[in-house]
Amino acid sequence: MTSNIRYKSRIPVKTEENAEEKQYVGFATLPNQVHRKSVKKGFDFTLMVAGESGMGKSTLVNSLFLTDLYKDRKLLNAEERINQTVEIIKHTVDIEEKGVKLKLTIVDTPGFGDAVNNNECWKPITDYIDQQFEQYFRDESGLNRKNIQDNRVHCCLYFIPPFGHGLRPVDVEFMKALHEKVNIIPLIAKADCLTPNEIKKLKDRIREEIDKFGIKVYQFPECDSDEDEEFKQLDKELKECTPFAVIGSNTVVEARGQRVRGRLYPWGIVEVENQSHCDFVKLRNMLIRSHMHDLKDVTCDVHYENYRAQCIQEMTSKLAQDNRMESPIPILPLSTPDVETEKLIKMKDEELKRMQEMLNKMQQQMHDKDQ
Amino acid sequence: ISGSGSTLLGYIGIDTIIEQMRKKTMKTGFDFNIMVVGHSGLGKSTLVNTLFKSQVSRKSAGWARDDKIPKTVDIKAVSHVLEEGGVKMKLTVVDTPGFGDQINNDNCWEPISKYINEQYEKFLKEEVNITRKKRIPDTRVHCCLYFISPTGHSLRQLDVEFMKRLSHSVNIIPVIAKADTMTIEERQDFKQRVRKELEMGGIEFYPQKEFDEDMEDKSDNDKIREAMPFAVVGSDKEYQVNGKRVLGRKTAWGIVEVENPNHCEFAQLRDFLIRSHLQDLKEVTHNIHYETYRAKRLNENGGLHPISSNDTQESNL
Repeated sequence: MTSNIRYKSRIPVKTEENAEEKQYVGFATLPNQVHRKSVKKGFDFTLMVAGESGMGKSTLVNSLFLTDLYKDRKLLNAEERINQTVEIIKHTVDIEEKGVKLKLTIVDTPGFGDAVNNNECWKPITDYIDQQFEQYFRDESGLNRKNIQDNRVHCCLYFIPPFGHGLRPVDVEFMKALHEKVNIIPLIAKADCLTPNEIKKLKDRIREEIDKFGIKVYQFPECDSDEDEEFKQLDKELKECTPFAVIGSNTVVEARGQRVRGRLYPWGIVEVENQSHCDFVKLRNMLIRSHMHDLKDVTCDVHYENYRAQCIQEMTSKLAQDNRMESPIPILPLSTPDVETEKLIKMKDEELKRMQEMLNKMQQQMHDKDQ
Repeated sequence: ISGSGSTLLGYIGIDTIIEQMRKKTMKTGFDFNIMVVGHSGLGKSTLVNTLFKSQVSRKSAGWARDDKIPKTVDIKAVSHVLEEGGVKMKLTVVDTPGFGDQINNDNCWEPISKYINEQYEKFLKEEVNITRKKRIPDTRVHCCLYFISPTGHSLRQLDVEFMKRLSHSVNIIPVIAKADTMTIEERQDFKQRVRKELEMGGIEFYPQKEFDEDMEDKSDNDKIREAMPFAVVGSDKEYQVNGKRVLGRKTAWGIVEVENPNHCEFAQLRDFLIRSHLQDLKEVTHNIHYETYRAKRLNENGGLHPISSNDTQESNL
């Protein structure tokens, strides 16, 4: 073993020949350096939960993160909720595990889907998500970017009731309103009231309807081709298991001689972390242990960028209309201007193309009329 | 039963009238119309099938499981003749697909209210006829099972709106559907909260306190009212448990037995609905709800004129 071990590099270093040693530069340790810096800085993650009351959202969040975020919550009764609109409530908790700090923000949406008339009940939610994007956009374009707070929503867990036969109109409309703004992960709530057969049927039905309605839920990234077979197999199972059928619990029960999180019924005990009982473990592993980072990446690279491009387009078209030289926000960010102007040119081109097509159509119509 | 002062010297046989009535009822049979209301997926059809131990719901009548949720509330009635112990019952199950399933559910109770009143109107027209049928076909809704979603929190706004509006024109029996979603503790808490909300909303569900006829009724019904709404589970599949075949639901952690009182309150609902209060449900419908409707109708527009059975029916409601 040579002194290269100091860098804890995962890449096997050929240490036998001196010639190799001379050629080894050492930047392969970069991932480890990044890792160490991030651990010092800590991570943040914003998770939104949406679905009607009584779907077990709070219980699931507490089970996932082993916290008790809803200790002082007071449940309203039906009379009190008559004129309630959808609220947005944030809970923040700092969790530390093995030296890694996570600042977790849970965005709750009480009131969603509870009224008699739920028209556009998702509007406060889409507004909230857009506001976070806008705030980040301003911060990013501003002068002092040292301490930008990232409040963008990285993931939205949507709870589908287990009682139905598939997606309801409100489920479809909600997901369609949000699928291009946030990563949506649909879940089947309170899955312990379904038999294994019923769960399978419901999952198949939901997957079919998601396809049919063109809803873009969060897709797990493809495995790298050089991953081992076992990993690929697990990944495949994970993908075929969606939407996850979950159960949560804040109570510990005794099952098979062990103390586990579960629910005690007269006919048996449901164990939250038992994979043959529900998909809780799969959800937790996916959300926290393997895909947390990817969720953040997709939020930044896809959803946020879409928002930003749209924002810029609106602003430039407004500028063109107003013909003003100055704008309230510095729209040309300090990063690569070429990419920006290229994007603008592309958008203008597409607009021109569309107008040209319309003109052609009108000409054709007039031509047909004449004949 | 003894007259004041007189003593019966010997056996007359007045009590055999009960036996005569019973024989007559068996021969003629009777109608029972039950309506099920609740948003889709709460197990309404399964529960009704389980209650009457037959495939009597709309879903079993060969109508395909609807792929689309109807845009407005449909009213679909299916009838079957069941026979037990020599007694024939014509059971009509009225289903209400589409209730509570839309994004905007304002007034989704109106088609239901309209249907109930239409049945009263039909009966009234027959009653008021010059030449009346010997036995007026009774399509009036005797009982409306309202399915509450087992959220574990409280009633939903739609539940309160519906029950408030309809409890004065039909017998409403609220039930907690798919009770195997909740543990026993959660169920007790939920029931208590629901009962409080029903009270606060002034919702008189069946058996209504004001119709208790005597102390015996009151004490029986008090017990039932305290235990309502019943938390039920339905199933049409049988499994082997402890050497017996029982109706149940098989999960990875055990079998939920529908008729086991330790598991859910299906047996209580069934006994209450079918074995003890079936006749009373019909009587309250006829003597109270129908009479209320009739009085209202006769008071408006100068009343109804007797028509011959040749006239076409018009119901302006």
